[in-house]
Amino acid sequence: MKLDEFFVTGDPLIYGADVSIILSMIGVVFVLTKYKKWGWLWKEWLTTVDHKKLGIMYILSAVLMLFRGGVDALLMRAQLTMPETEFLDSTHYNEIFTTHGTIMIIFMAMPFLIGLMNVVVPLQIGARDVAYPFLNAVSFWTFFMGAMLFNISFVIGGSPGAGWTSYVPLAGNELSPGPGQNYYLLGLQVAGIGTLLTGINFLVTILKMRAPGMTLMRMPMFTWSSAITCIIIIFAFPVLTVALALMTLDRIFGTHFFTMVDGGMPMLWANLFWLWGHPEVYIVILPAFGIFSEVISTFSRKNLFGYKAMVYSMVIIAALSFVVWVHHFFTMGADASVNSFFSVTTMAISIPTGVKVFNWLFTMYKGRIKINTAMLWSLAFIPNFVIGGVTGVMLAMAAADYQYHNTYFLVAHFHYVLISGTVFACFSGLYYWYPKLFNHKLNETLGKWSFWLFMIGFNVCFFPMYFLGFAGMPRRVHTYAEGSGWFELNAVASVGGVMMGIGFVILVYNIYYSIRYEPRLTTGDPWDARNLEWATPSPVPYYNFAKIPEVRGLDEFWRMKKEGKKDLDLKKDKLEPIHMPDYSGVPVIMSTFLFISGFGLVFEWIWMGVAGAIGVVITMIMRSFDPDEGYHVEVEEIKEIEEHVRREEA
Amino acid sequence: MAGNNHNKFPWNHVLGFIFSIVLTLLAVWAALYSSLSITAIVWTIVTLALLQAAVQLFMFMHIGEGEGKAQKGTIYFSAFIAVVIVAGSIWVMNAMMHSMM
Repeated sequence: MKLDEFFVTGDPLIYGADVSIILSMIGVVFVLTKYKKWGWLWKEWLTTVDHKKLGIMYILSAVLMLFRGGVDALLMRAQLTMPETEFLDSTHYNEIFTTHGTIMIIFMAMPFLIGLMNVVVPLQIGARDVAYPFLNAVSFWTFFMGAMLFNISFVIGGSPGAGWTSYVPLAGNELSPGPGQNYYLLGLQVAGIGTLLTGINFLVTILKMRAPGMTLMRMPMFTWSSAITCIIIIFAFPVLTVALALMTLDRIFGTHFFTMVDGGMPMLWANLFWLWGHPEVYIVILPAFGIFSEVISTFSRKNLFGYKAMVYSMVIIAALSFVVWVHHFFTMGADASVNSFFSVTTMAISIPTGVKVFNWLFTMYKGRIKINTAMLWSLAFIPNFVIGGVTGVMLAMAAADYQYHNTYFLVAHFHYVLISGTVFACFSGLYYWYPKLFNHKLNETLGKWSFWLFMIGFNVCFFPMYFLGFAGMPRRVHTYAEGSGWFELNAVASVGGVMMGIGFVILVYNIYYSIRYEPRLTTGDPWDARNLEWATPSPVPYYNFAKIPEVRGLDEFWRMKKEGKKDLDLKKDKLEPIHMPDYSGVPVIMSTFLFISGFGLVFEWIWMGVAGAIGVVITMIMRSFDPDEGYHVEVEEIKEIEEHVRREEA
Repeated sequence: MAGNNHNKFPWNHVLGFIFSIVLTLLAVWAALYSSLSITAIVWTIVTLALLQAAVQLFMFMHIGEGEGKAQKGTIYFSAFIAVVIVAGSIWVMNAMMHSMM
């Protein structure tokens, strides 16, 4: 392979990206070397197994990926603002909507939520870490390496361009030759390992590591939503793993699972993809529901209305989420009985979701609602999500779907549910739990500016798309004719896109601003909140709880506060040494080998794929023979730390 | 069931490992080198797959070491998902094949 085939050439945008990537890498290396931070980076972050630090790294990566996916989105809006623009050619446009979709779902939405789960779930259930801290680090690093593998595609080898659904035969070897599509397969495969491990890890954590007295029906709602999400992950992700593996065999080793010839079944790919893909939708929405439940309950100063109904509706959603997948391809030509069945199940799933919406409304009813940025994101979620949900029921009708399918109506629908559901939840959760991690709040003024710009921009951008869909504009076209009548609404949508971009920039600036100027907290409970994560001091000591709390009911911390916090007094009982896991460099090294193996397979250099795989096996064996017993934090040290972090607390 | 006892040699795991490889090779042989009819091959592979699932569940996944209700619930849910994925896919794909022809 020649060098100019290895690197992507010919596009000034790509050269610009090359330069900025090289400059930022030099910048990072320079700063780390100048301030002698390499050792700190390795010891404190790269080898960490602490769920809070892994959570921070997840969220940081997700924000980076939100930037990448957002730039993709703005490039698309720039191309579509005016008819017959020649800013991006059709191939480049295809690649950009493919990477936008894949990155936003797999490398932004999921890691952001998993990051929040990492930070919050062990604290909410009164645990000192997750059940398998080492595995948690493996999860993060495989996700990170998968994301990097996918992201380098646009400068090395070329991006995939067959859509985030990558339907065959378009994604097959004949129509998508070269490494691009392989990046999609291997990047998702590597990251998928991490997600599956997270699912197992957090389900075990929630089932086995709850504080004494915390029965299942006393768990905070975010923990419940995480548990249900984990179950869906465990059952859905293997389907994706298998589907990706089969397509990889097709592309690299010449098998015929999904090909047009030799008995392949191209439609089976769509079938398998959505068997994973629809549960995936609920993987990114259920934790969001959990976040909204926490935030709305805290800032309405009431307990959650209909706790049991919330739990049962999530259980029903989890089961139903596996029997609706065909609604993504009603038009592919199944018969009426199939389409009717999946139409009915799809409409049925909106019922438990509707129940939840009413529960949030009743939680606020007669509450003393406090408006701040975290609450604003949650409040905005309800009406916007309902718009997305109602148009979803419109799409659920198979006959009507023949009209809406592959138009901007669909694009508008899923952006309404994913942005006002998942993205609003991520931001709401970020504002809500940020003080727990960094001992200061995010600035409210900047937060409100960013909220209003983003929220209004979101509606300006996507509401017109419903009407573009009615007017017949198909999705995934790189331009449209002047006489089509689509110009005005497209121009409006682009204005909204820019507003969202500015809102995001303000959010990121707010993090910088708040680190520098926001006052430090003197309490671990800045919102006067209800659940156990707020019973810890801020910042949280690395062992979380000096003494594991005893739980006696729902909203446990609220009860403790009403009874004068005497349960949290450390002087009453004797402290005991705490058993903690050792940090380990194996996860990051193992994942690097996975990256090497994946990179080799992308270019079909089998020797490199095998070499990387051998590296993975060796690191696994190393880990298996490592008699790592962890270590104990002595009582003296716990006392010292607790005195230090609680000094300012009254 | 063995498995809780770490001092004994893990015969279950070794046997399971051998079984799973043999079952896989048998499937490969049936599909590529046997002179069976297509229908017979499909039934052979399906039977081998069910055996394979049983090997995994009994030898590696400790299906016999449950804790009552929760254990039963997860097994039922797994069975439900397995039926949905397999039977659902066959149903949907067949329906599409018919309307294609």
